[in-house]
Amino acid sequence: MDELGRQDTPVHRLDARVKTVTTFLFIVFVMSFSRDEVSALTPFFLFPVTLMFLGQIPPRSLFRKILVAAPFAVAVGIFNPLLDQRTVAVFGATPVSGGWFSFASIMLRFVLTVSAALVLVACTGMHRLCEGLERLGVPRVFAVQLLFLYRYLFIIADEGSRMLRSIELRSTGTKKMRFRVYVSLVGHLLLRSMARADRVYRSMLARGFDGQVRVSRPAPLRWADPAFLFGWAAFFVVARTWNLADMLGGLFMKGAS
Amino acid sequence: MSQPVVEIRNLNFAYPDGTEALKNISLSIGPGEAVALVGANGAGKSTLLLHLNGYLRPTSGEILIGGTRLTRETAAAVRRAVGMVFQDPDDQLFMPTVGEDVAFGPLNAGLPPDEIERRVASALERVGKSHLKNRPPYKLSAGEKRAVAIATVLALSPDVLVMDEPSSNLDPRGRRRLIEQLRSFEHTRIIATHDLELVVEVCSRVVVLDGGSVVAEGPATTLLNDEALMLAHGLERPHILRHLHPH
Repeated sequence: MDELGRQDTPVHRLDARVKTVTTFLFIVFVMSFSRDEVSALTPFFLFPVTLMFLGQIPPRSLFRKILVAAPFAVAVGIFNPLLDQRTVAVFGATPVSGGWFSFASIMLRFVLTVSAALVLVACTGMHRLCEGLERLGVPRVFAVQLLFLYRYLFIIADEGSRMLRSIELRSTGTKKMRFRVYVSLVGHLLLRSMARADRVYRSMLARGFDGQVRVSRPAPLRWADPAFLFGWAAFFVVARTWNLADMLGGLFMKGAS
Repeated sequence: MSQPVVEIRNLNFAYPDGTEALKNISLSIGPGEAVALVGANGAGKSTLLLHLNGYLRPTSGEILIGGTRLTRETAAAVRRAVGMVFQDPDDQLFMPTVGEDVAFGPLNAGLPPDEIERRVASALERVGKSHLKNRPPYKLSAGEKRAVAIATVLALSPDVLVMDEPSSNLDPRGRRRLIEQLRSFEHTRIIATHDLELVVEVCSRVVVLDGGSVVAEGPATTLLNDEALMLAHGLERPHILRHLHPH
């Protein structure tokens, strides 16, 4: 995702702060709907989809990343259909319970918010994002923390997968990883990353680090930045106030009759 | 020899758990000299290097860099004079692009933006990696990472270059380039390594460490040619010398 953040498209050129605030607003609006709202949420897809196309982000890679996180959302919502079985709508001859509606609503919100967050990263790049956060007033410690988390995630994942591979190579015959082995693996990974943190800090000290990450070039806001923010904010307000999907459906019905 | 750039006097160091890692080390290194620290694993090479910019503090004894005694107060200034290249370049490259990583030190030093720009360009050019400026460091090959790690240190224009295993994980071509670069530097160089062939080509003086003490010190070819000495301390006589001094 971060790789995509290096592209040069109109969306990438927007200020990181503006994109962050807009995405945050988007998430707040999506979350503010009642728990079994479905149709009124659909117009909100306009935001991530527009950014995806303008930012030239391949939909496939985005979709795959959403799938990775999907089990969590499913786990959160899956019991709703069981808990809430009162029928609220009938499609053809099939009664649909309120639980299914709230489940669908959870899934929709999940896809909307996660895709918006992913698109934000892909259109901005992690570094500019963290820089933007810092300029928005997020404490420096958190911004720097986030940046380093991202930088070393790959290396820890790499170490983890190398350890897993060596466990696999030496556990021929047994399929399941024993709990004790797992505990030891996680412990080792923790110790290794602590040792690595120490070495990184050492090398930062060697280059005169004093607790402040400095960036070379803060870019000024351009006219497109506030326009982006207010344009989308206006859309969110409209889509929150009126059910655009219903209205559109209504228009079609009128045209047909 | 003119005034030494690095002077170590009776340095002792024990880790908090009581392990004595360095015992009574004294060394004096002159300007522009290239000195190799050799010795078996655990001989104390890396521990000694970590003392040179104040990351570890001696239990007793003292270190002078360019005449300045290394203390908690002088550590920041000394770190600017002593550039350290660590063993794993991944520990050293943590910024999103190569250019920003090279700029990290100069930015911390509070240099003006155009001077930083100039230093980044010249440091990358020095290691022949100007074309990597906008790439993310974690996408580079091991050889490129090493070269960039050296550039991050060069950008601070240090007087002394300290390197821990600079040739590890490099392919022959990468290693060859590294050797040529190391030879071309005018800095005082202190190199801890197991790569004795590299030592023959780059360093004029060798310090042999074993069990935390200096067991031998002298001209590189003389010491490295001493087969008995080499074998006694977990080393071997470099192959290249057999050709230079046939018996």
